[in-house]
Order: sequence, then C-alpha cells, then structure tokens
Amino acid sequence: MSSMTSQVRIALRNCGVIDPENIKDYIATDGYDALAKALFTMTPDEVVETVKKSGLRGRGGAGFPTGVKWETARRSESDIKYVLCNADEGDPGAFMDRSVLEGDPHCVLEAMAICGYAIGANQGVIYVRAEYPLAVKRLQIAIEQASELGLLGDNILGSGFSFNLKLYFGAGAFVCGEETSLMNSVQGGRGEPRLKPPFPAVKGLWDKPTNINNVETYANVAQIIRRGWEWFRQFGTEKSPGTKVFALAGKVNNVGLVEVPMGTPLRTIVEDIGGGIRNNKKFKAAQTGGPSGGCIPAEHLDTPIEYESLIGLGSMMGSGGMIVLDEDDCMVGISKFYLTFTAEESCGKCTPCRIGNMRLLEILDRITEGNGEEKDLDVLENLGNTIKDTALCGLGQSSPNPIISTLRYFRKEYEEHIFNKRCPAGSCSKLIGYKILPEKCTGCTVCARNCPVSCISGERKQVHVIDQERCTKCGVCFSKCPFKAIIRG
Amino acid sequence: MVELTINNLKKSVPEGTTILEAARSLGIHIPTLCHLDLHDIKMVNQVGTCRVCMVEVEGRRNLLPSCSTTVAPGMVIHTNTNRAIRARRTIVELLLSNHPSDCLICERNQNCELQSLAAELGIREIRYQGPRLRAEKDTSSYSIVRNAEKCVLCRRCETMCNEVQTVGVYSALHRGFDTVIGTAFDKPMLDTACTFCGQCVSVCPTAALTETNDSAKVWEAISDPNKLVIAQTAPAVRVALGEAFGLPVGTRITGKMVAALRRMGFDKVMDTDFAADLTIMEEASELIHRIQHNGRLPILTSCCPAWVKFIEHQFPSLLDIPSTCKSPHEMFGAIAKTYLAEKLGVDPEKIVVVSIMPCLAKKFEAKREELSGKEVGTNVDYVISTRELARMIREAGINFTYLPDEDFDDMMGESTGASVIFGTTGGVIEAAIRTAAAWLDKDNPSPQIDFKSLRGIEGIREAEVEIAGMKLSIAIAHGLGNARKLLTEIRDGKAQYHAIEIMACPSGCVGGGGQPYHGNNIEVLKKRAGALYAEDESKPLRRSHENPQIHKLYEEFLGEPYGDLAHELLHTHYHERDIL
Repeated sequence: MSSMTSQVRIALRNCGVIDPENIKDYIATDGYDALAKALFTMTPDEVVETVKKSGLRGRGGAGFPTGVKWETARRSESDIKYVLCNADEGDPGAFMDRSVLEGDPHCVLEAMAICGYAIGANQGVIYVRAEYPLAVKRLQIAIEQASELGLLGDNILGSGFSFNLKLYFGAGAFVCGEETSLMNSVQGGRGEPRLKPPFPAVKGLWDKPTNINNVETYANVAQIIRRGWEWFRQFGTEKSPGTKVFALAGKVNNVGLVEVPMGTPLRTIVEDIGGGIRNNKKFKAAQTGGPSGGCIPAEHLDTPIEYESLIGLGSMMGSGGMIVLDEDDCMVGISKFYLTFTAEESCGKCTPCRIGNMRLLEILDRITEGNGEEKDLDVLENLGNTIKDTALCGLGQSSPNPIISTLRYFRKEYEEHIFNKRCPAGSCSKLIGYKILPEKCTGCTVCARNCPVSCISGERKQVHVIDQERCTKCGVCFSKCPFKAIIRG
Repeated sequence: MVELTINNLKKSVPEGTTILEAARSLGIHIPTLCHLDLHDIKMVNQVGTCRVCMVEVEGRRNLLPSCSTTVAPGMVIHTNTNRAIRARRTIVELLLSNHPSDCLICERNQNCELQSLAAELGIREIRYQGPRLRAEKDTSSYSIVRNAEKCVLCRRCETMCNEVQTVGVYSALHRGFDTVIGTAFDKPMLDTACTFCGQCVSVCPTAALTETNDSAKVWEAISDPNKLVIAQTAPAVRVALGEAFGLPVGTRITGKMVAALRRMGFDKVMDTDFAADLTIMEEASELIHRIQHNGRLPILTSCCPAWVKFIEHQFPSLLDIPSTCKSPHEMFGAIAKTYLAEKLGVDPEKIVVVSIMPCLAKKFEAKREELSGKEVGTNVDYVISTRELARMIREAGINFTYLPDEDFDDMMGESTGASVIFGTTGGVIEAAIRTAAAWLDKDNPSPQIDFKSLRGIEGIREAEVEIAGMKLSIAIAHGLGNARKLLTEIRDGKAQYHAIEIMACPSGCVGGGGQPYHGNNIEVLKKRAGALYAEDESKPLRRSHENPQIHKLYEEFLGEPYGDLAHELLHTHYHERDIL
C-alpha cells in the first residue's frame, strides 16, 4: 500500500501490534531491554551522551535538543529531582500522544525510568489529560504491572536504582501543555506559565530540577538506548534526526496517524500517504503546528519537513497536527478558527495574549462579516508581530502565527473580503448569497423542498425565488439543484 | 560582577541584578506597570505580566521584560529602540482598550499609574478598539471596593495579600480575556477571610481597588443641625495628610488638620490620642493583672482591627491571648457617648462620632456588633480614611497649607507622647511599657521613657526590658505574614513572651491602607514614623497615665482602670471565624 511505504515507525512501532494491557507483550518486543541495558552497562553520563548524540529533539513543538535538557538536569545539584511527562496533548485534532499512551504505554514508562537514572531522579509524574480515559486506564495498568515485575519502584531489577511514577490528571486547559504551567498545575496552582529562566532543568516542579519531555519524545528513547544513536541518526536529516508522527486530517483521501522520517517532503505526505485531495479538488495549503503554526501553500509542497524549514515558511512543527485544506477553505476563516481557540485558551496572565488576541479576533470577525476596513491588514500584522515579540509564554508568542502566515501567502483573500466584501472560497456565510437564475430554473421544486428554513417560493414549473432576508446561506439548495440554476456569490 | 552594556553605556553590576535595576543604576528610565519592589517589607511583585518594560537584548529573538530578566555577562541591551518603544505603546494601548475611559470622574484621577504611563508614552489615540470586560463592582464590604473593570492584572494585590500578608483572599479567576482577580468561589469580600488591612489598595496602580467612600454620609451629618458631630483623629493621620497637599513627606500638620476639620463644620475636634492614653491605662492594667495573677501570657495588643480579624480567622485557638481592650477610637466613641454627652448635656443619640483613620479595617471594625454598648449604641458612626479627609478638605475649598495651627477641643483632646507613637510599629508596646514601668517601679524617681530597643523596621523584633528587677520579654511584628510566624511559634509552644504587639500593616499605621499613596517608596513610611517620634519628644507629657484629662475621666466617671464600668465600656471579646 503506497500509504505505508514512505512510513517508518519508531514511536508507533508497537501501536496496534501488541496488547497494551499485557506487559509480557511489551517485553516480548524487547521492552525494558533498554532500561536493563542502561542500568547495568551504562553510566548515567553515557545515557545522557547517547541521547545527545542521537540528536533527538523535543516532539512537543519547539524542537529543543532532548540530550541538552537531560544534561542540564543532570548537572543541576539537588537532593530531589523529577522526571515529568507532558501528556497534555491539546492541539485541535491531534492524537499522536494518545495513540502512544493507549497503544504502547510501557515505552513511556521505560523511557522515564531511563531518564530518571540519567539525571538522578527517583520520582516521575505523568501529566495526562483526564479526557483520555483509556490512556489513563492503560497507564495505570502499565504502572501496576511494571511495579509487580520490579521494573518500576524500589531497587529496579536489583540495580539499586529506584524510580516511582505517579499520574496527575489535567483538567483540560490548553495552556497546561506549556511546561511551566503544567508544573504549576501539578503543584495545585493555577495553570499559568512561569518566567523563564530559570528553566525547569534548573528549577522546575516544586522548585527542584526537573526534566520534562512530551510523550512522543519519550517514545523514541528506549529504541535509541537499545539500538544506539547511530541507528537513530540513519533516519531523518542532519539537524532533525528520527521520525515524526503527524495526525493527518482535512481534505485528503486517507486521514489518520502517519510516522515519517524527518525531511520527507510535504508532497509525499499529502499525495502519497494521504492519497491526494478528496473529490479532485485543488490543494490549497497544509496547516501544521496547530494553533501555534501556520499554513504552507502549494508552492512549498516540496519542502522537506523538519523543524527549521517549517519555521522558515512561517509555520512550525508543533506537536504534529497536519490539516490539509482545499479550494473550499477560506484562509481568513482558518485564522479565525485557530485564534478563537487560543484566545479562549489564553491563561490571561500577560497583556498581549489576554487583550491582544481578543482584539485580533474581533478584527477577523469583522472581516469575515464584510465589515473589514483597509487599515485592518496593517493592524493585524503589527499587533500580531508585537504579540509574538512580547507575550510571556509559547502560547502567546505563537498565537498570531496562523494570521501572519496566511497574510503572507493569502493576502489577496483578505483583500477580497475587505475591499470587495467577497469570500473567494465561498465559506464566510455573511459574505455569500444564493441566487436562482430564472433562465435555468425549471420549477422542479427540489430546492424549495430541501430548504431547511422554507425560504424558497415558487409554483411548480414556475421560476423559484429565494427570500434573501430569511436565507441562512446553508447552501443546501445550491448542492441539490439538478440544473445548476443556483449560483453562489 | 557582571559586565553589560545598556544603550551603549558600559556598566558592571552584581550577579542577579535585573536589567531594570541595572538600567536605573545608570540613570536610564524604563517605564513599568506591574513591577513593584518594596524590598524592606518583602513585597516584591516580579511577575512580568504587564509586558510594559520590554527591552531589546542583542541575540535574543523576542523582547525581554526588564523587570524580571537577570543580567548575563556581556549582555547588550537597548531600552529605547523603535521596536521596544512601539511594543510598549501597543501594550499600553491594549490595556487602555480594555479600560473604562472615565478618568475625569475616577477615584484615582491624577493619581493613577496607568494614567501616568499613558501620559508618559504620549498616547493620543487607541488604535485597538473592542468591547471591554464587564464585571459587577463588589461593594459588599465596609472597607474595600473592588472594580474588576479597572484591573490591569498586575497581580500586586495577589502578591501582597497572599505572600506578604499571607491572608490569601485573591486569586486570578477564569481564563483569557475574561480573567479577573477574585475571591474563592467568587464570594463577596465581606464573606471572605479578608482582614480589610487595605494593603492591596495601597499597591493597586489603578482604581480597581479603592476604599469605600463614606464622605457623603459625613457631610450629611455635619449639615444636620440636630447632630453634634465629633471628629477624632488617629496619630498616623497627622504625619501623612500633608503629603496630599504637596507638603514634604514627614511634615507634622496636627494644628492645620484641626483647623481644617473645624472649618469643615465639625462641632468638636478631638483626638484619638486621648483614647490611646486611655487604652494604655487599661492595657497596662490588664498586663499587670495577668502577670500578678498568673494569667494567660503573652498578652497581645488589640488596637489593630485587621490583626484582630486575622487571628479570629487563622488562629481561633489563640483567642484568649489578645488584650480585651477595644481599639482606641472605639474607646473614644464609648466615652464620647456616655461621659462627654453627660458633661456637655447632650443626648447621646444626637452625637455622631467620626473617626479619621489611616486605616480601612476600622471601617469594618466600626460595624462589629459586639462593639456597640447597651447604652451608647454604635461607638463610632463613621470612619473616613486619610485619603477621604484630604478629598473632603479640597472639596470644601479649604486652602490647607495656609491654615493656622489650632488646638484640639478640651476634655478629650489632650494626649501624651506615648499615644502619638501608637501610629508606628513598636509604638503601642513602648507606650504600654512606659506606663507599666512607672507603675511597677514606684520607687524609681525617673523611670525610663524611651525604649529604643522596641523601635525599628525589621518585620519581627524581640527585646527584653527590665522593670523593677523583672525581665519582660517582648516581641513585635508588623505585616500579617510576620504575625503569622510569631503566632505559629506561640501556638506550637516554641516561643515564650510576656507581651506582643502586632500591627497588620507594614510599618504600622503610618503605612495603613487608608493613607496617601506612598508612591511605591518605602522611605515615605520611615519618614512618617520619624515624624511621630519627633512629635512624641516634643510633648511635655510622654506617659499615658500622666494625661490630666485621663485622670479626670477615671475620677469623675470610670473609677478604677480595669474596673467594672471600664470593662463594660472599654473591653470587648472575640469570636472564631471561618477561613473560607
């Protein structure tokens, strides 16, 4: 199947293959081998060094080198240190981490124990969304089973190293996926970011040195330790080794999770794996990075996907959301969708994110309703850039990205909305209208019978008319008319 | 030391210095809003929320908040580039777009940090327009009004209440644009563990937190010909009121204040200091009584109503420790409506007592049911803060600085130096010790007056005082966070003292929640305290029991200190309150 040939599964290697509720399945696929290898044949420094050399970068979005994080946490002196797992996956439509937790929970536990050994921590916390009940259940079973076999807990495998794991449930705030907000939340406080520096590796959970990585990052660790950093580096690119899992969604024929080597061109994902655009429509853009990311237009379809190239295009890797848009998608509407999300999920701590995003959203609202003004484009750009420049945490610093990237590639669409009060994609309901062409209407009554608000009138075999006052612009008549007598515009 | 460059000027600063501090040491001004560093009272708000003080640092992708970014070796910083200035302006415009534009009729008009900031940045239009956050005002308490619509979320009140005072009333609620600072479960302030110390009001940069304004009621009473309206003034007011009229900080304006009150139309202008002397008579008697009768020790001063409410909420198991003495202005009210009414031949019902206080908690205290005597009704009818008085003086068109000095009215106007220092941390206990020393050491012809070991600005102070061969162990705390430390030690039996003075506000009443805004400058509080000690030294009588009017009061009316009538009129009791 062509949708499988371009894929390489490291993080997802066991998902759908083993029984996640039976530790023996995991062990049978060399599970906990890496932990034993680390504990009995490697020093903590060697573990850190291996992760560093592998070039593994944070899969949660920012792409910070994991080994450097571990090294900082290892060097921070403290009686207590923590290993945290960020399982607060929150991007709309993203479910990479959920799949790992539900399909292969032990690979996360194993990696966290390895990390604990490497940095000198005996306590780990997995911060998982309470809205992931199956993931929570499987994590609980996994922790129980691993503890029973002495793979977690005191004196693991008789090595003298102890590592205990606890679950902590997130209550659904997107900002708690930001590492310092997450730590505040674990501590029972309000989910609000802290100032950085100090970074978590120096002063994290309960002000102790803490290593925090997301689920997918941990999902790579055991394989790196077991097979060596050289093995890992054979996949991906020089600067972004390994693979990345994407939640492919939108207007492609095949949707779902895909895991591809870094450097794979966007076109491969959209056309080969995704099977192209549905209904033979035209590809318009790929949205990556979720609410913090941006839209990549058709002219950049051949860009190899890695951290730097995506940032260069005004988007970002993010946690791996990828939504493919076609000609029917309005880019102003897409910006509005994401900004509505971030404005609602802003914690409200800093001014630019709290008020600035709301002001941006109001402008987008106006534009999509046909009330845009010429100066709006400048305001969107300037205010957006100031928010990026001044917001306190990653959420605010990236919240204007959807606007700025669409302004960069699809400025004309904004201008159409503002100057001609038209939505070229025919998606902004306030800007479109339906009209029946008298010369084509046969009076078949299909439109009138299907109109959900009964606003189309006309006798049988007579020309029908839409009552514009009552029309909700749902488009049902447009799609039902057998004679293409209804036009949108 | 760390070498760095700011606006092309080189400087070497100690490690851990923030960019803002480094810039200030070079005379470079960076505008701020949320930032507040009152180092001496450990009130440091370094949350970096407003994003006004953003500066450009070479090699960094984003602008950085100078208030909360510590310097690094070789840092090259630019504070006034176009990028930084534009960002600052945008931030302030955003704040203004979500702020009522009613500056002309705002409580903080001409005294608002947001207004000053907008003026400083020369903002002439608000490019971002949109609906403002809407919220109901909380006017439930008798002391503090909360108006979330004017809140800029600087979080100073939260830091002050939660970290300095350790009361923990405030927290951010809701998310995004709807974020407000509120109470647990959005309860009205009156139903919270708020002590009404008003320190949140003192540090609020806008009118999001203000005092309850009772001046209209006072004007009403003054204009009523059937009422005899008596003003009484607390010690700390006389060393701070002048600031509101442009006089140098620490100026003593007692005589002008009296003159102003008379011109406003008060029928009698009297002194809470008189009642402070009375308090000492009762409190020193109570202390000696407890010492001589193996009573509960330590004794805790009870003049500060915020502190009293604090112990009721937070340490209900210790409610037998505080002195049972009412606070001075309440004693004043009780005496005014009994003794004074009789002396003047006025129906107590017609007497209106107005307390002029540096304090917002006194407004709440005046409403306590247990403080109303059987015969006298409410001891105190209205409480207005120093700030409210300043406004009323202006409103009445009185040219304050040109007023002559006038004296308080007779009978309840005389006071000693001991009562004056009630207004600063350590003052109440020093006043009590002065009298106790004189009483216990009857043979000593010149007992000690100044107990300088009790003075100072340290949050918790301990001293041992020897009187007539007896060693008294004293502790003093100001700021409720310090009080909590002290009380925890006492509760856990780790500390033994004879007497403890606690004041809720940092520096005591001179730093009260109703005082003119100190402009985020702690030196102001020190100067006010200095002025009180100067006033004390200028007084011919410096020990409460020497006050001739107090003698007369006991002779003619009360009988013995700590006696039956005194108990009925001048003492109170406490009750446990819920923490939530």
